[in-house]
Amino acid sequence: MKITVALAQINTRLGEVRSNLEKHLALAQEARSQGVELLVFPELSLTGYILQDLAPTVACRPSPGDPVFGPLLVASRGLDLVVGFVEEDHRSRFHIASAYLSSGEVIHIHHKVYLPTYGLFDEGRFFARGDSVRAFDTRFGRMGLLVCEDFWHVSPPYLLWLDGVELFLFTSASPGRGLTAEPQLESALWVERVNQAYASLFTAFIAHANRTGFEDGLNFWGGSTVFDPEGALLVKAPYFEESLTPVEIDLNQMRRTRARLPLLRDERPELVEREIGRILHGHQPIHRT
Amino acid sequence: MDINLSIEPELVRKILADFIHSEITRVGYKRAVVNLSGGLDSAVACILAAQALGPENVLALRLPYKSSAQDSLDHAQLVIDQTGIQSRTIPITEMVDPLIASDPHMNSIRKGNIMARMRMIAAYDQSEAFNGLVVGTGNKTEILLGYTTLFGDSACALNPIGDLYKTQVRQLARGIGVPEPIIAKPPSADLWAGQTDEDELGFAYAEVDRLLFLIVDQRYSARECIEAGFEPGFVQRVGERIKKNQFKRMLPPIAKLSNRTIGYDFLYLRDWGT
Repeated sequence: MKITVALAQINTRLGEVRSNLEKHLALAQEARSQGVELLVFPELSLTGYILQDLAPTVACRPSPGDPVFGPLLVASRGLDLVVGFVEEDHRSRFHIASAYLSSGEVIHIHHKVYLPTYGLFDEGRFFARGDSVRAFDTRFGRMGLLVCEDFWHVSPPYLLWLDGVELFLFTSASPGRGLTAEPQLESALWVERVNQAYASLFTAFIAHANRTGFEDGLNFWGGSTVFDPEGALLVKAPYFEESLTPVEIDLNQMRRTRARLPLLRDERPELVEREIGRILHGHQPIHRT
Repeated sequence: MDINLSIEPELVRKILADFIHSEITRVGYKRAVVNLSGGLDSAVACILAAQALGPENVLALRLPYKSSAQDSLDHAQLVIDQTGIQSRTIPITEMVDPLIASDPHMNSIRKGNIMARMRMIAAYDQSEAFNGLVVGTGNKTEILLGYTTLFGDSACALNPIGDLYKTQVRQLARGIGVPEPIIAKPPSADLWAGQTDEDELGFAYAEVDRLLFLIVDQRYSARECIEAGFEPGFVQRVGERIKKNQFKRMLPPIAKLSNRTIGYDFLYLRDWGT
């Protein structure tokens, strides 16, 4: 099965959901006219990133009646969409969220499970942590959604791998940092290296949508990528510039790669479970005599 | 520890020109004002602003005092001619001398501060007249060391080069074509004849930048800096300067009384809504 995925590498207006929504809808229409079947927007694409005290004022609850999600769900009848937003739950906890929309329905919502609260990041001050990592089925196959810091940790991608993901959807609003003599920022190099490693280790597709633009002094570096199950780079959006970057991916490639390299078949989650149990709860290791 | 302050000038140029463009246009402006001293930092800021906004949208101000070196004016003119930016020359002598003359105990630090703040007044006046935002020219070295006049040369609407050490600004300057005489000459605040930054600070930029990189960027302790080969007295002096000058890097603290106080728990970026 082949699917045309596009990375919507956009800039956003901080706290201006209506304006960002219009950009989403315009891009969805443009992507659809190009034959795109799945369009992936970056982290917090509907709100902007450094929200601080704006978080409660931009939050929404995804449903057909919602003024933001209503039009997005209508647009999802033409192509599948992944959008980034702030979700307020029924206990008024605010989550950094990413939603997969298809055929007028919300198929899956992921709440960011790792909220960086160090260095320039302060997410834990304003947001609640998600508490689940689940794969989900789409009309194109099984997918998993992670947001930025989620894939700086190896466990969420690993869990999604065991949960059957064929296409990993990574979104981020990654502030560029780290100067060297190289023509790329250290943060960009790091993310590219990690995404390529995940594609190789998990013999799966990795699509990563990052944003562009500035918020105060922070730059967002773009450079969105898709890697295939061989770890090969299929497409890369430009650094720092807004772009709509489509690529056709052949999902059968995963089957061919895994026939050669059956890493998932041979993976031993029971062993992982046993050893994690030992590490967490101090169970004695099993001694063989 | 291999202390490497190398940068890739084209990458930095791209980010900083985009930054200037974004931060000025998003609030409804399209023009910039830069105090062009004839030195390295303001030459870099002018060229970046010209690339970001177009030379016709950048106003360079030359603000000489009677003791300013002719070289400073000439070197500023090199940047103006090379970029095609707009320029104005406004001597500040007649504005600052009455205040200087008003106190027989006036010293050179106070004189320097008065000149720096007069230049700030001129820049902000032209900001209104030219309808442009003031682009700052302070580098990371001088901000960390506090080698700047509060509400004077540190005053600006945005600062493109404040995260580059002086030695990195020099690399960027080469990359973006700052005229060679400006790159070659010793850095100076030019507040009195023959003044140089390195004489006044008591150490060389090349040396202090390496130390600041360890302390700030690499989070080295004083002991680790000494183990890395820096002289203990130098490490201590620089550490003290960083600490002592923290106030210059912050807005004045507001005494907290209410449940929500500006600066503590009223938190929005400046780019709020843009």
